[in-house]
Parts: sequence; C-alpha cells; structure tokens
Amino acid sequence: MLAELTHRCPLQCPYCSNPLELERVAGELPTQVWLDVLAQAAELGVLHLHLSGGEPTVRQDLEAIVAQAAKVGLYSNLITAAVTLTRERLDRLAAAGLDHVQISIQDAAPDNADRIAHYRGGHAKKLEAARWVREIGLPLTINAPIHRQNIASLPAIIELAVSLGARRLEVAHVQYYGWALRNRQALMPTRQQVLTSAQLVERARERLRGVLTIDFVVPDYYASRPKPCMGGWGRGSLNITPSGKVLPCHAAETIPGLVFENVRDRSLREIWLGSEAFNRFRGTGWMPEPCRSCAFREVDWGGCRCQALAFAGDAGLTDPACAKSPLHAEFAAVAGREAAQEPPPLVFRNPRAATAS
Amino acid sequence: MSEAQSPGRVVIGPASKPALPRGVKMRHDATRDRWTILAPERVFEPDAIAVAVLQLCDGVRSVEVIAAELANTYNAPRERILADIVTMLQGLADKGVVVA
Repeated sequence: MLAELTHRCPLQCPYCSNPLELERVAGELPTQVWLDVLAQAAELGVLHLHLSGGEPTVRQDLEAIVAQAAKVGLYSNLITAAVTLTRERLDRLAAAGLDHVQISIQDAAPDNADRIAHYRGGHAKKLEAARWVREIGLPLTINAPIHRQNIASLPAIIELAVSLGARRLEVAHVQYYGWALRNRQALMPTRQQVLTSAQLVERARERLRGVLTIDFVVPDYYASRPKPCMGGWGRGSLNITPSGKVLPCHAAETIPGLVFENVRDRSLREIWLGSEAFNRFRGTGWMPEPCRSCAFREVDWGGCRCQALAFAGDAGLTDPACAKSPLHAEFAAVAGREAAQEPPPLVFRNPRAATAS
Repeated sequence: MSEAQSPGRVVIGPASKPALPRGVKMRHDATRDRWTILAPERVFEPDAIAVAVLQLCDGVRSVEVIAAELANTYNAPRERILADIVTMLQGLADKGVVVA
C-alpha cells in the first residue's frame, strides 16, 4: 500500500509521480483516519506499507503512523527526500518501529542534483541523512530516477550508493506520467543511452553481487514488451492519496469515467474487492485483442492503462509499449524524436505550475 | 563462479553464524496462511525447508550446528544437508536476507 500522506514537498523534481493537480493541504486525512486505514490494510492482507507523498516527513504525526504500522504488523518503508530530516527525528521514527528508509537522490554531482530538485543544498543533506540511517542500523535504499539530464552520472550514482552503505539502489528510468509526462522532451534519453545504461547496470550487478541489489527499468518507449504495471491492475497494490481516495495506480485519475472511492466513506476491503474502479481492468476479462489471446496476458496483465489512454486515447486499448500494438512504432518514434532535440526548460513541480498546466 | 568475488560480500561457510538482519522479518502471514520474509521492496515466500533453516538462524548457531540439528530432526545425511544449507544461505545472503 502506497500511503501518500501529503502532496507538500520542499523539492520540485520535474519527474514527480504525483498528479499535476496536487492535492490541497486542507484536504489531507487526519491522523485518526490514517491509523484506522492502516489497521484495515493489515487485516486485508497488505504486507508492505510505503509512507510517501510529496514528502511524508512534513507530517508531524508520522511517528504515530509508523508506530501504528508496527503495532498492526505492516512492514514500514519511509520514502523520503530526506532534506527535512534530523538525526533526532530519525531516532524517534526508528524507535517507533520504522523498518526501512529509502532516500532519493537526483544525481551524484551536487550542483546538478540541486538544480534538478530545485532545492539548494539538498544533496548534502541527503548524504548526511543516509549516514544517520546507517549509524542507527536501519537498511538503506538509494533511489535515483534516471533521465537524460543525469544519465551520464549512472556509474557515479552506483559508487555513491555503495559508499553510503545502501543495500539497495533503484536506478529506474523515469516513467512518463504526471509531471514527468509534462517534462518528457526535457527528460527522455536516446535509445543508445538507454542500451548503454542497461549494459552498465548488468556489469555492476555482477561486480557488486552480494553487496548491492540494483533495481532497474528502461523507459517503456524503448521496450518491446509492456511492463506489468503495478503487478497488474488491482492485483497486489493500491495507492491512497492525501485526501483519502483509493487508486489502483498513480495516474488512474487521468482515466475518464472511473470513480474513485474514499476511505472516509467506505471500508478498504469493500473498495479493493467491490469498487467499479478496481474491477474495471482487473484480470483479463476486459482485454481487447490482441491482448485477450496473447500468451503473455497473465505476465504483463495488459501493461499500462494510463499509457494506453495517453497515447491511444482509450484506457481499454493495447498498451503502445507492446510490439503488438498498431501504435508501437509511432510510440517509439516519439521518444527518439524528442530525445534528439534540445531539452526545453524544466517545469518544476509546485502548486503554481500545477494550475498553469 | 568465484565465491569471494565482491569485497564486502558475505560468504557463507560451515562456521558462519547466520541471522536475519534488522529490517528483514520472517513471519506467518495469516491472510494467505503461509510464511513470508519481508525485506526492503521484497516479499519472499520460503518453502518449509527454508523456514526450518531460517528459524534456527539466531546468530549464535553455526551453519554446522544447524545442519546437525536438521539432520537429526529429519533423519537425513548431515553432509548433504550442510551442502544444501550453505548454498541456500549464500543465495539469501547475496539478497541481503541473512548476514553472518
């Protein structure tokens, strides 16, 4: 379960997976509702809780939420930019039962990292927070989304993760939804850059076997098989937005005609099992051809609905990332065309840019 | 493949004393009625043998001792069990699930 506690964040990363329409602070769920939702989640069978946002540490009740996760038996992952953390706060969160910390970095080069995050001094703070996490003894993951403006740093990012004592590194290529889609031309790498990065990761995985686990995905635009988005619609993951809407994925609100229910109105179990939105693309019954008779239908579960909507105009069509989609060649060509051009200025993630978009 | 390839890699041998590190939790999942191991961004589903081995990984027992106990419990040849446990635990150590 991804718990987006808030859409407030001091960083302004141009690839943020939050929707362009950032949710208002006044609409955020109060502590008691989150505590109840966590209890419901555990009872429903959720195993991993991701505390995220925006920046989850801007919530003053984070310790109470972490304590509740521990109490009800959810494994807690803090997904943080870390610039707002202090050693004392981390000690309190660890004492409350926090299991794992994931810290984002935007580059290994401090100036470029701060430029991308649009937050001066952020990179240095992240390195300090990473040290604290390891001093306390919690497992550390470094998450560095990859795109054309930091891809040259991939080797340095890997070395940085090792030197920080991280046991895991995520260097997934940016996925083009929300703010990343808005900034696609400024972020999309070339096909050759993507191939080189994949080879680099493979070599690093061999060299660092038993030292660092590296999670990596390429941009869909350069794939021939679609990704099993969220592990399949309504199959093993759910998101809860700051105002309490329950979503099958980050970008699902872009799909017209779907109504998303709220934890204030209905139980999590009822929403997961019975809501129209969760059942709309669950399983294989909704699939058109060629997906319906495809051998991979229960491997990728039809790929990404939001991508089919964005590119093919209909969330029920074949994901253009799939080689079997009639739009596949055009989809790949878009990426190549944009990557070949000079990047336009980045649109940084903040509420003003949200309304301007 | 060389077992001592990466500096910093935990290499499991008979004298190693394996344990689950902080941030790795093995528990019985009541909803699904099976054992799970929860680790950062991972869910593992250990089989009954792996569960039996991991339940003895307390950081005090050596792999040799664990093999002896299991050989006794399951009335199986100790050398075979020792070899299998070392392989299994090395795989888990490479994933960060056990330390030693």
